[in-house]
Formats: sequence, structure tokens, C-alpha cells
Amino acid sequence: MSKDWPLYEVFIRAKSGLSHRHAGSIHAPDDEMALNHARDVYTRRNEGVSIWVVRSSHIIASDPEETSAFFEPARDKIYRHPTFYDIPEGVENI
Amino acid sequence: MYTQGLDQKTAPADERPGVDSAEDLARFQKRVDAEEKIEPKDWMPEAYRRTLIRQISQHAHSEIIGMQPEGNWLTRAPTLRRKSILLAKVQDEAGHGLYLYSAAETLGISRDEMVDQLLAGTAKYSSIFNYPTLTWADIGAIGWLVDGAAIMNQIPLCRCSYGPYSRAMIRVCKEESFHQRQGYEIMVELCRGSDAQKAMAQDALDRWWWPSLMMFGPSDKDSRHSAQSMAWKIKRFSNDELRQKFVDVTVPQAEFIGLSVPDDDLFFDEEAGHYRFGEIDWEEFMQVVSGNGQCNRERMQTRRNAHDNGAWVREAARAHAEKRAAQAAA
Repeated sequence: MSKDWPLYEVFIRAKSGLSHRHAGSIHAPDDEMALNHARDVYTRRNEGVSIWVVRSSHIIASDPEETSAFFEPARDKIYRHPTFYDIPEGVENI
Repeated sequence: MYTQGLDQKTAPADERPGVDSAEDLARFQKRVDAEEKIEPKDWMPEAYRRTLIRQISQHAHSEIIGMQPEGNWLTRAPTLRRKSILLAKVQDEAGHGLYLYSAAETLGISRDEMVDQLLAGTAKYSSIFNYPTLTWADIGAIGWLVDGAAIMNQIPLCRCSYGPYSRAMIRVCKEESFHQRQGYEIMVELCRGSDAQKAMAQDALDRWWWPSLMMFGPSDKDSRHSAQSMAWKIKRFSNDELRQKFVDVTVPQAEFIGLSVPDDDLFFDEEAGHYRFGEIDWEEFMQVVSGNGQCNRERMQTRRNAHDNGAWVREAARAHAEKRAAQAAA
């Protein structure tokens, strides 16, 4: 049994103007084949105009166990949202 | 196509108690009850992980083996239109298998391990693919009934608590609707054709009806994994509930094209608003599941041959990649 080909994550831009979005993953022996496989597996019905593939091992992810601590600094800063501010009745265009 | 959630031959290790602490389990259940999706790196009970690996990999294997009965008619489709459609459908099944293998891999099993399990015969796939495709009408019946049953099962799986499986199912369901419609269209055309063509359609329905009902898996009273899978929101409806839904929507479709469902006990229960149907031959089901269906050995042999005959392509692709990497480094 051969070794698995490396795993790649696939990101697809559905149409120009939209950002690339994670679609899934595929195995491929190299970058070029990864693009071809990604096209065959994830865009059989014109789901995209552009594909990014990246080796899964190159992605650095935050740790779910640390989620609360990691995102804590933003939690109590509600003044970063426009709804925090009271604007008198009758004031417009703000 | 889809999985039947079949049991492994030996009791899986997930049924050993005490692997996970009660506290962790309770916190996990709370997340699931709140309809939060569970993502790959999140904490999950060992049994949840194993159940999903078993179900998703069986589902993937079913898609891969499922290419064979239809592949049988690719070179014999009656028109170029039908041939293009069938080719696209079989390609979709390969794609569905790949989405699902990827989803299973997020749970910590490698692609190679899953392929090994399939080729060694230790993994299961849906019983339906162990029946032969004898006539062109079988391609119609498969699309209409087999993909119809699959859709019935897969739509609730789009809401599965495990994120990657749910996302794969959403993608699959979008594509599956064409599969069912092209199958029904084949049946419609045969039924509008000559007496011989209509007889061919009826014969296909006669042979595929009961195996399609078996696709939903064992009856609820015999389904070992169901209750836990429901609690974890992997499953949303029981096998029997889904089977009933399938019968209710499919019988009128058969009547519409003048075909009769091969079940003498079938009748519409006005009060309940459901079709009541006869007893499924569970002995046949168990035989097919345990390897003694009409095509089990042939399907496995074909799959092994395809894998072995493709080995040199995989080797060549790897050698090419290594050579290119070495050249780039030099």
C-alpha cells in the first residue's frame, strides 16, 4: 500500500467580487495536480471562477480549547459597536 | 448514495464505558442539544468520533462501489444524450465519495486506512449495490428509487451535528436531485414506449423495489446504534420513519406512469394518511450484508482490480512530483 498523497485544503471564489471560501479538501501528489483535482471534485457545475489550494499542513489554526481565552480581549469592548452609542431622537444621517 | 449505519463484525471499542468523563459528556451533550455544530478539533466523546468514522466511511465506500452498477451501462446507453447524463452521474458519485472521505479524515483516520478497510472487506457499503443491472430500465430504476431513497436519508443528514459531514451532505444533496430526476425520466419514457419497453420498466421496478426499501437499514426495533445517534443528532429520523416517507412519496410516482409496486399487501391507510406495506425479507437483507448477495464478490474484485491497476499511475505521479521538487531545490 502506497503512502497517502499530501492533503490540500480547497478554497473557491464563486464569482468575481466574492472572497474565496473553504470548500473541502483533496489529496494530490503536487500543487498542479491539486488544482486539477480540486477543479474536478469541487467545480463540476461551474461553482467557481478561481481556486486556491494550500497544503493542509501549512495552515496555522487557533486552538478550540483556548477559544475563550484567545477571543477574551474583544468580548468586553462593546463600545466598538455602533449600537453602544445613544443618539438623540430626530438626528438623521448618522 | 448513502450508508445504512451497519454494525461492524466485532463490537467496537466505543462501547467500552468510562473512556470519557461524565462531566465532559454532559458539556458535549449540551452543545449538541443547543444545535451547535461540532468541528474537527473540538472535544468530542470517543464513541461519537468512532460512530461518525464508521458511518461516514461506509457512506463514502457506498458512493465508490455505487459507480459499478451504473458504470455497467455507460458504453451501452441508448443515445448520446443518455450516455452524457449517465457519465456525469457516475462522476458525481466519485465526487461524493471524495467529499465524504475528506470529512471522515477530519476525525483522525487516514484515506489509506479507509481504502484498506474497503479492499480488505472489513468495511461495509450499502447492500443495494450488490444487485445486478440487467437492462437499461435498471438505470432508470436506480436513479428514481435508489437515489430517491438516498435523498430521503441524506436531507436530514445536512443538519447532522458534525460540521464537516453536514457540509458534505449539503453539497451532495444539491447534486443528487438531478440523479433522481434523470432516472424517473428514463422510466417515464419507457412507460410511454412500446409494450416491451413498458414491460422492461415494470421488471426493473419489480427487482429494485424491495432492495430499495432495505436501503434504510434494519427495522427500528433491531437497530443497535439508533438511539445514541439520535441523541447526538447524527441521525434525525429513525430508519422506519424514513422508509415510510419514501413509500409515501414513491407509490404515487409509480402509479402516475402506470407501473405497479410489487407488494400485494400495499394499501393506502386513509385514516393515517400513509401507505401500509408488506414485510421486508430481512433474511435476504442479512445475506446481502454479510457478503452473499448476487454481486458482492464481483463488486469487491472489480474495486481491487481498479486499485491495483491504478497503482502505477499513483506511483508515476509521486515520482514526477519528487523529481520536480528536487529540480526546484537544485
